[in-house]
Amino acid sequence: MENPFGKITTLEKVLELFSNGMTLMFGGFGGVGTPPTLIDGILEKGIRDITLIGNDTGFPHIGIGKLVSQERAVKVIASHIGSNPIAGKLMHEGRLEVEFSPQGILAERIRAGGVGLPAILSDIGMDNELVSKNKPHFLLNGKDYLIETALTAEVSIVYAKKADPYGNLIYDKSARNTNPLVAMAGDITIAEVEEIVPLGSLDPDEIITPGVFVDHIIPSKGVNWKWAWE
Amino acid sequence: MGLGVDFRNTIAKRAAEEIHNGMVVNLGIGIPSLVPNHLPKNMMVMFHAENGITGMGPSPEKGMEDENLCNAGGFPVTLNPGGSYCDSAVAFGMIRRGRVDITILGSLQVSAQGDLANWIVPGKKVPGMGGAMELAQKARKVIVLMNHCDKAGNPKIVTSCTLPLTSAACVDMIITELAVFKVTPDGLLLTELFAPYDLQIVANRTECDFMVSDTIRKIAN
Repeated sequence: MENPFGKITTLEKVLELFSNGMTLMFGGFGGVGTPPTLIDGILEKGIRDITLIGNDTGFPHIGIGKLVSQERAVKVIASHIGSNPIAGKLMHEGRLEVEFSPQGILAERIRAGGVGLPAILSDIGMDNELVSKNKPHFLLNGKDYLIETALTAEVSIVYAKKADPYGNLIYDKSARNTNPLVAMAGDITIAEVEEIVPLGSLDPDEIITPGVFVDHIIPSKGVNWKWAWE
Repeated sequence: MGLGVDFRNTIAKRAAEEIHNGMVVNLGIGIPSLVPNHLPKNMMVMFHAENGITGMGPSPEKGMEDENLCNAGGFPVTLNPGGSYCDSAVAFGMIRRGRVDITILGSLQVSAQGDLANWIVPGKKVPGMGGAMELAQKARKVIVLMNHCDKAGNPKIVTSCTLPLTSAACVDMIITELAVFKVTPDGLLLTELFAPYDLQIVANRTECDFMVSDTIRKIAN
């Protein structure tokens, strides 16, 4: 495959971008659409003290859940940890800080980060202390809103079905989920993809994430976990 | 005091009556997931999932699952004709913009004012709110399907929720194995009773007062 933008690379090469104490944003929803090869690479490299940002903590052996179960994270910003009991256990023991954000607001905070906005105004969960605690309010047209800050990360990892050498991405069905948002919000974005196709072979009308947002592309070894429904 | 499958289906069948052709509907886990089984075959309903599916179809046959086509709970589904995928931000845009007609969900407690508490048991279970707050606050109609009492026999329909709220004053209708209530500005209004229960049994198992409709519909089991 021609590599005119130098974006197509290897797992070994991109692992140099990961370090202890980093902020890491990940695509996926219940493990669906979370990049398996990158997760395993991060585990094997021994990266720890990570601040994770993403929809949920997967399942103990699925998706980002693997990093959480092996206690590689110090903090998680997510909407849900219920499918990963180890995350709940670590939280109760004070070994994992969890910041909960309502799911759609979390997605929108990530999107805001990805499109260069500092914050959004939200009326979701205003009467809930866990959501509203320590957040500034803003009065707009006589109505009270919470200021929800945008989220970005040092590195974003996403899982796509196809990429061309520029990093234009298309996703597979519901595995799209948070990936297009996460792809925009990384200072560095790495796409793990099932297939790399020649430049010009993706229908421009069907590209979901423009390659502008993607810095590195690596081939995926595919999902290597057993799903909860299997 | 778990409910048998028949009771669960009785509740789901009643909830299905609220769904009309062309609606966009989001279903929670548990009893709500049984609702589609009770819809007329030719009815066109767009089932919505928070991860980014509009037009979800039934579970695939065993062996036909697609790991990249799952509902918000992570279980394989199918896509009906006219269905589409979007990212999660757009999926929640549909909710907040008022394009989701009905959300049907379970709950731990509902108050007489329609306050919903369905996401946290302090000190026990802190799973996170997921998409429940947005759905409860912004879906056009919020229907709660639940057992009338919890496993210990405590009423789940209460004067004021003791569990942390998902959202205040958001519930429009409650359907349990005993009765159907509408939430009105003046409190709960019992409109329907499931056989063989009577008003006294409902009153005994409900913590708050409720009004009773002039014409109570009695639904056979």
